[in-house]
Formats: sequence, structure tokens, C-alpha cells
Amino acid sequence: MTFSDSIRIEKLCYSIGGRKILEDFDFVLERGINRTILGISGAGKTTILKLLLGLLNPDSGKVFIGDLCITGLPESSFMQQRKRIAIVFQGGALFDSMTVGENVGYRLFEEGRLSQSEITKVVLEKLSFVGVEAALNLYPAELSGGMKKRVAIARALAADPEYIFFDEPTTGLDPIGVYNICNLIQRLQAEGKTTLMVTHDLVTAFATSQRFTLLHKARKLFEGSEEEMKASTIPEVREFLEPTDRSLFYDVQTGNDKQQEQAGSL
Amino acid sequence: MKFAVIDKLLLIFFHELQDYFTLAGRTFVRTFRRPFYYREFAIQFDKLGFSSLFICVLTGLFSGMVMALQSLIQLKPFAATSYVGGMVAVTMIKELGPVLAALMVAGRVGSAITAELGTMVVTEQVDAMRVEGTDIISRLVVPRCKAMLLALPLLTIVTDMVSVFGGYIMSAGYSINPIMYISGLPQFLVFQDLIEGVVKPAVFGVIIAITGCYVGLNTRGGAEGVGSAAKQAVVLSSVLILVCDFFLAKIFLVFRG
Repeated sequence: MTFSDSIRIEKLCYSIGGRKILEDFDFVLERGINRTILGISGAGKTTILKLLLGLLNPDSGKVFIGDLCITGLPESSFMQQRKRIAIVFQGGALFDSMTVGENVGYRLFEEGRLSQSEITKVVLEKLSFVGVEAALNLYPAELSGGMKKRVAIARALAADPEYIFFDEPTTGLDPIGVYNICNLIQRLQAEGKTTLMVTHDLVTAFATSQRFTLLHKARKLFEGSEEEMKASTIPEVREFLEPTDRSLFYDVQTGNDKQQEQAGSL
Repeated sequence: MKFAVIDKLLLIFFHELQDYFTLAGRTFVRTFRRPFYYREFAIQFDKLGFSSLFICVLTGLFSGMVMALQSLIQLKPFAATSYVGGMVAVTMIKELGPVLAALMVAGRVGSAITAELGTMVVTEQVDAMRVEGTDIISRLVVPRCKAMLLALPLLTIVTDMVSVFGGYIMSAGYSINPIMYISGLPQFLVFQDLIEGVVKPAVFGVIIAITGCYVGLNTRGGAEGVGSAAKQAVVLSSVLILVCDFFLAKIFLVFRG
């Protein structure tokens, strides 16, 4: 593997209003190895995705897309590198004012390289891949939560990216919806896409990834395979897998998130 | 302790001011740079401009009528009621027309721009656009600015015309000769007044759009954040319109000599 086949974070620190979200965080996403970042809500999982995409600027540390360090660069200078990546946001983030077809073909319209008929062909192909081709002319407000996620996946696929990020792809879905999304992600992986998922849903994570990173108290607590994770003796990892002692993550008495409390006092 | 608070507040104020002017500067530069979103411009022109026509007509009509009414009462003892038309026209075209139209549009359009962009921010649509390779200033801010730059002067012209007509209706009710009313207009108005009446709303239009976009793109939180951002945008753009009106009036006075 070369650096051009990876997306990396080196010694990254990020805080909001004095609250540390990430501290000395290192992470590598290599081509062909599907990863999941795990952690409780508010642990900074989505923040990592946004930092990797250059949507947020870290306090310190570096983010690389391939060989290019994007930290501190204006967005226009790493637009080409970022086109190797697509993201499926938690709520889908479909554009309200556009139809499903326009949403899926958005990047192609913006690039202006293809004709209208070619874009329509790609859009139909991607919608058919996720099984919602009938929704072509509907608006996002007319779709169910599961359909929105499928359309968001179709939009992510439209520009044929190398990497696809998923932000909580199965949150709020019924079991069949979860199964369908997992199935879609597996099909994408079979087609050669590298996926990075952030979730707290272990079923989805174990079904779709080979490597796992657990975030705890703004730091990387664990990194390894499913077997290594299940065999880990780290109390917080055990607790995350089989919650019995919630006090490791939450204060049972007050219901407060201990991590948030600790961060707040910094 | 007090100084620390003042220091912090000043820091926030100047930081916000810098960000505001940075957005304005970037918008100006991108106005002349590809890609041009013509369809988006047309949509925004219709949504922000044309749909504000009715409210501007109402504003113009009633402010013109009340201007004429008050002027008639004041001028009657001096037997100078023939000057009503000129007074209404010059006041509305130079000052009240642009400001009233801008304030009405700021309330209606400024909040709409902020709410729309704010919702796009909190639902991550703006982030999605950035990831898709879109320059959000070119895509979201520039078309709104161009639309307002063109729409508000046109709306103000309509407001002015309707207000003069409103004044005419009121004057007719007080038995003022229509010819006297109309012939009074050129006695008071000069060409520079007409220029002033168009330049001011163009500036106000840009202020409304930039302020709405700035506050919208900096929205934090959920629905509550969007609501408070919309309120903030209306207040901020209204204040900026009034402040700018004063400085523009001073500038035009300098040109008048």
C-alpha cells in the first residue's frame, strides 16, 4: 500500500468552545479495508468524517487525502482529491428543492461533462442499484427515512468514488431497513468501494467492516478486528460490547454522559 | 473582570464583522466568475423579488396616501396645497420609498433566506454540497445577491409609483386639481433624486441578501437555531438599512454640491 491509496489523520486535535472532541488522534483508511469507528453518541465520530473531508479545520494535526495534506488549504485546492470520496450523511442530507433524480445527478450536473441523457442514464442506473428507481421524480419530503438513505447512497455512487463514508447509516430504521442498508453496503464493497462507517450499532458494524476503532474520552481507545475486539479485556471495550456497567460511559445516578462532563470541565 | 467581558465582546464583534465582510468580498469576486447559476438566479428573482410585489404595492399605496393627507393638513393654512404632489413624490422617491420597501422586503425576504440556508446548514445539505464539489458562495449566495440587487430597485420603483398614485387619490378627495398635483412633481424632483431612488434600494438589496446569507450559513443548532437566526437576520438587516441610508444620503448630498 502507498500513501496515495489511503486517507490519513495524524496527531489530530479538535475542540469546540474549549471542549476537547479529539485529542492526538491517528487514523488510516487504506484502500480495500473497510473500517468502522465506534463510540457512544457525542464521542466525535461524525466530526472525524467531516475532518477527513476537510469540512472542518483541526486545531492541530494533519489530514491527508492520498499524498496531499489538506489541512489549512482552501477548499478549491483539494476539490479534485475530495472527489475520490463520497459521504452518506446521517439524515441523508438530500437537497429539499430538488427531485430525487436531480439529487442523484447533482455532481454530474455540476461537473457539466455529461449530456442530459447520459446523466439521466447514470441516475437511473444508480437508483436501480439501490432499488428506488420509482422515486425518480419525487421530492425528498415525499420519501420515507429508509428511502432517503438509499437515495443518499445512490447520490454518493453517482460520481463513482473510491471511498464512501457512512454516518450512522442504519439509525432510525426498522430491522428490514437495517438489513437492506447492510446488504447495499456489502454490495458496494464487492464492487471495490472502500467504506468507512461511524456508528454505535454493532450489528451493522460487524456485518460490514473488517477493522474497528473505538473512541472514548476524545481518544482512540481500541483498534483491531472483530475477533480482537471481542477478546479485548479493556473494561470500556467490554462495556461497549455488552453493557452491564453503564457507569463507564454514563453516570447512572444523574444520567449524564461522563465524557461530556469531563470535557466540560476542561 | 468587567474589562475581560468587554474585551471578549469586542473580540466577538470584530470577528463577526470580519467574517461578514469576508463573505461580502468573496461574493463580489464570485459574481464575475464562473459558474453562473442562471436557473438559480431566476428562481431566486421570482421567489425573493416578484413575490414581494404585493406587499410593496400596499406599502406604497398607504404611505403615499398618508403623506398626502398630512401634507394637505399642513399646507392648507398657507394655501399651498398645489405642492402636495411634489412633496409626496420627492419624499417617497428619495427617502421613504427605498427605506420602506427595503424594510418590508427585509422582513419578508431576509428571514426567508436565513431560514432556508439555516435549515440547509443544520440538515447538512450545505456540507453535502461542499462534498459534491460545489462552491457554496457561487451556488447559494451570489444568485440571491444578484436577484436582490435587481429586484429591490424594481420593487422600489413600483412602490414609488403607487405611492404617488396614492397621494393623488387622497388629493382628489380633498378637491385638489389633478393637473396641479401632477405639474407639482417636476418642480420638486431633479434627476439626481431619481438616481438616488434607484441606487439606494440596490445597496439595500445587497445588504438584505448578504445579511440573510451570512446569518443563515452561520446557523447552529436545530429548529430553534433556525428561528433565532431568522429573527437576527431581520433585525440586523433593518438596522444596517437605516444606518446605510444615512450615509448614502450624506454621500448624495456631497454630489449635489
